[in-house]
Amino acid sequence: MYGYLIRRVLWIPLLLAVITFLVFILGVYGPGDPIQLMLGQHANPETVARLKHELGLDRPLLVQYADYVSKLLHGDLGTSLKFRGQPVSRLISRCLGVSIPLNVVTLGWSIPLGILMGVVAAYKEDTALDRAIVLTVVIGISMPVFAIAPILLYFFAVKAHILPPGGWDGIFSANVILPAIVLGIGPLAVMVRQTRAAVLQTISEMYVTTARAKGLLPKKIMFKHIMPNALIPVLTIVGLMMGSLVGGAFITELLFGIPGCGRVAFETFTARDYPMIMAFTILGATAFILSNLLIDILYFVIDPRIRRPK
Amino acid sequence: MNFKEVMKELVRNRPALFGLVIVTALFLTGIFAPWLAPSHYREQNLDGVNLSISWEHPLGTDRLGRDIFSRIIWGARTASFVVVITLALGTPMGIIFGAVAGSFGGVIDTVIMRIADILFAFPGMLLIFFLAATLGPRIDALARSTEFLDPLVKGGYIDYVVVIATLALIGWAGMARLVRSQFLSIKERDYIDAARGLGASNLRVIFQHILPNTLSPIIVALSMGAGGVILSEAFLSFLGIGIRPPNPSWGAMIFANYQFWRTQPMLVWVPGLVIGIIILAFNFLGDGLNRAFNPFSKRR
Repeated sequence: MYGYLIRRVLWIPLLLAVITFLVFILGVYGPGDPIQLMLGQHANPETVARLKHELGLDRPLLVQYADYVSKLLHGDLGTSLKFRGQPVSRLISRCLGVSIPLNVVTLGWSIPLGILMGVVAAYKEDTALDRAIVLTVVIGISMPVFAIAPILLYFFAVKAHILPPGGWDGIFSANVILPAIVLGIGPLAVMVRQTRAAVLQTISEMYVTTARAKGLLPKKIMFKHIMPNALIPVLTIVGLMMGSLVGGAFITELLFGIPGCGRVAFETFTARDYPMIMAFTILGATAFILSNLLIDILYFVIDPRIRRPK
Repeated sequence: MNFKEVMKELVRNRPALFGLVIVTALFLTGIFAPWLAPSHYREQNLDGVNLSISWEHPLGTDRLGRDIFSRIIWGARTASFVVVITLALGTPMGIIFGAVAGSFGGVIDTVIMRIADILFAFPGMLLIFFLAATLGPRIDALARSTEFLDPLVKGGYIDYVVVIATLALIGWAGMARLVRSQFLSIKERDYIDAARGLGASNLRVIFQHILPNTLSPIIVALSMGAGGVILSEAFLSFLGIGIRPPNPSWGAMIFANYQFWRTQPMLVWVPGLVIGIIILAFNFLGDGLNRAFNPFSKRR
């Protein structure tokens, strides 16, 4: 098992190197000429050449890549082309300052509620309540953000005037409510589904039968014997959700006018601002990979069955 | 499990039946869109812009006076076309890579699965967005400079190529993982030993004994995957790098009409709900197929 973890950790730098290289190649050579996009079709060729030289785009590809990686390792992600002169790292840390709180609020309501609903559904398996929860969950998974958001916006912001239609003013204002609901529906549904399946599986374990035979209260069995074991696979999902923090909410942020990373990613992707594109893609992948690793290590720490060698 | 039994099981299961009906309706609407739609998706009537619901325009018109109902119907053609072609390209790729990885193991297995790992290393829609944004202009430029691809450009079909290429490039990896895991588990069964004992060759074991047994999980995955393709297409088109106007795409319709969400909410709601219902239908159908194929496993 230790061997497995070590192999996983060793694989990560390699994976990141391959990802940065692919992203770099596609970022620089994929979308066409960023200079042309900045200066327009009829730019003076002299200006084009000068800007190209200034930005170092006239050097060989591998030199540019090596340069990029060495700067990356020093925390320098270059400067944005769209927001001229602004360092990428500052733009990203600024948008993370919006995205992270928003995600914390979102997961803060959806994960606990999802676990609760999943446990209830499993506990009441095959009753009307269980079926209602399962159906709601499938609908929740299926409805895309761009279907839910406009409907909620219309009723709560236009018809009822209860909630503001958008904008961002920190997480302690009413602006956060609608986006947090819209963003949370997917995680909630996934959470319910996973928890329900995990609890049902744990219920049929021998130790639960033993606990029951000992005459323990159903409540005690649920909280002491079933939940701690059932919630381990649920961790994975939490990890995946945390990992998609960077640029995971393109559409919600666009629809609600929130200056988070999803929206900045959208603006820079469509402007072929490749330092920003590469930074987002690489950071997104890194966050995702690291959170997956973290979850694996956490498994290892909390579940002795995994730790024990075969 | 034969076709008749599966169908019987699907019809008995109400959500699955709902899924089957909606999915069938989607494909039929897609095929017969030119005959079903009251008008062409590009037909504008500037004397009747932003009309609300009427008998003549069941869902109203947009700011160019185009009939929304017709555009929704034509949108079914885009959606079903993208789904069918994407899955038709990505699935065989996934099955072949998964089967090769699963049956031969070793270096080739490692290489294929590491490539899949790279595709799985990106969160959510980020990779789809990245690939479409970077590959799009390349494919466009390539098609423009190649003589025989010219009709694609002139007909406005280049967006379809970009979307399908992006989704197929990513889609094969999930299928490869599934097929590989199926191969690894089926390889250990007794009947495979029996076949080998009778002198069956490698290829015979793969094609006659393993592959047919992976079919039902593949079909279930296809149904679930189709919903994902519809969502991704809508996502890309909504962000303006998928199917672009005037081509009819539900995602692009939402984006184009989003500014009217207060005054004419139907323009935004209808395409959104249509996408949602179709994804729901594919999910129900996938669940139903899963249960029909595994009648003894309890629903979990």
